[in-house]
Amino acid sequence: MSINSHPRVDFAVIASLIEPGSRVLDVGCGDGELLELLQTTKGVDGRGVELSQKGVNESVARGLSVIQGDADSDLKYYPDGGFDYVILSQTLQATRNPKYVLTELLRIGEKAIVSFPNFGHWRMRASLAINGRMPVTKELPYSWYDTPNIHFCTINDFVDMTKEVGAHVESAVALNALGQRLGFNMPWGFWNLFGQQAVFLLRR
Amino acid sequence: MTKATRPTAYKAPKSQEATNPHSPVVEFGADKPLNLDSGVSLSPFRIAYQSYGTLNDDKSNAILICHALTGDQHVANVHPVTGKSGWWELLVGPGKPIDTDRYFVLCSNVLGGCLGSTGPASINPATGKPYALDLPIITIADMVRAQAMLVEHFGIEQLFAVVGGSMGGMQVLEWASSHSDKVFAAVALATGARHSSQNIAFHEVGRQAVMADPEWKEGRYLEAGTVPRKGLSVARMAAHITYLSETALHNKFGRNLQDRQNVTFGFDADFQIESYLRHQGNTFVERFDANSYLYMTRAMDYFDLAAEHEGRLADAFAGSKTRFCIVSFTSDWLFPTSESRTVAHALNAAGASVSFVEIESDRGHDSFLLDEPEMFSAVNGFLRSAARAKGLLPS
Repeated sequence: MSINSHPRVDFAVIASLIEPGSRVLDVGCGDGELLELLQTTKGVDGRGVELSQKGVNESVARGLSVIQGDADSDLKYYPDGGFDYVILSQTLQATRNPKYVLTELLRIGEKAIVSFPNFGHWRMRASLAINGRMPVTKELPYSWYDTPNIHFCTINDFVDMTKEVGAHVESAVALNALGQRLGFNMPWGFWNLFGQQAVFLLRR
Repeated sequence: MTKATRPTAYKAPKSQEATNPHSPVVEFGADKPLNLDSGVSLSPFRIAYQSYGTLNDDKSNAILICHALTGDQHVANVHPVTGKSGWWELLVGPGKPIDTDRYFVLCSNVLGGCLGSTGPASINPATGKPYALDLPIITIADMVRAQAMLVEHFGIEQLFAVVGGSMGGMQVLEWASSHSDKVFAAVALATGARHSSQNIAFHEVGRQAVMADPEWKEGRYLEAGTVPRKGLSVARMAAHITYLSETALHNKFGRNLQDRQNVTFGFDADFQIESYLRHQGNTFVERFDANSYLYMTRAMDYFDLAAEHEGRLADAFAGSKTRFCIVSFTSDWLFPTSESRTVAHALNAAGASVSFVEIESDRGHDSFLLDEPEMFSAVNGFLRSAARAKGLLPS
């Protein structure tokens, strides 16, 4: 379910947000790279859900506890508060019902970590404004008709949704195209223009 | 099928394996009765087994393999009756995913079987004659209870892993549910937490075929010196179809004719598939006891893990610390992926650690016995990770 190819600059940020030894569910875990990173560096008890069978098989061959499943339909099988953290990395924009998925993340986990590409980034805006076409970039290489990314949002949009579902933003990081953190005390509007992707740590 | 049945002399080899097997046997005497689900206490009884590799000093490296309906304990050695190599030598052996250089691998003939463990062909001590249908009905949980006694006999407190496919997978799930603390890791392939209505239906066809054979003699054929050859053969033919897939049959046989250029306008085995099924039926009769087939199929039919927990499958695994690996195959219509997914979801709901993979294969239910590299890689990755967690491999 992970949409973008390497390098995954959000992984290091996500790992920095996680307490060692905690219970982690990675929704859309791809081939299990992040889970493996978290197990080796943070000693987490990690589980994963992944839509693509190829990703699941690769994860299991790595020795990870991963099952085939869909964020939109299979999160209901997880008990309330079963995990310390539920991660949704670069997957939110590919879900059919992002708001429902976010609600489920916060039901299953004490905290949720969500990373997503920011559609408000100036390159996106410029592409649409100047070319008059849906943006196709190195990080998001799909044409509009075959993209799995059906629900793009901007950082501002996401902040609005966290309010709608009653989630508290514990911390947030915006990354530029090089994977560098943008300054801390910038207003959302600055991040929304210059952040290529964002990582949010939410709690109920 | 126009030929008259020739009177068949009682075939000794099969019966000898049932009563005097090549495998080692553990006898459980009057002091260790087995309390069956049917309410009957079975005593004495015995379990025949094969083992491979060496049990380590702290007895932490044991893997129990649970065999399928018509399987047996001869996992990785030449079969004493058929002379064929072990049924899971692709998975079990030196350097294989279940590495006998590293693990102590144990497989017992299930209770109710016909390769040396107490079953309907065993002698009933009360009468001095074969049990036949006087043997109480055996369930999957009963098989597991007997295995647990065997494991205890070896002084093993916790199995590193329990592994099995199909009926063997049912035993794996039962082990993990009812003896959770004795199972560190569980691998259940091509199986489900219950037998479906369609599967019960196929089993019933098989049983009725056996019982319709006049040579079955109300189950007392061993004393009569007969074998319900035709009935058991037909049962096997019907069941064998369910182990394959339409694609596999089409690719292997199509509408090809058997050793002839044209159809014969008769009921001989014109088609290769007919010849193949007849061969499957005939060879099965040589190695398997008809009454044992009735008992095994019944055990599978009765299996319903959720029903034992008021319909909530998740409760069967509540608090489980076992690591699970669930594997299904795309073309398996006997235990389709939906059955495995149900198990995976229940394990999730119970908060258990679970890996679940569906393997792309067109070879049907039998895929779990065949050369499926993705299955080997999943099982290997899972077991290695579990071995690191248990300290059997350096982390």
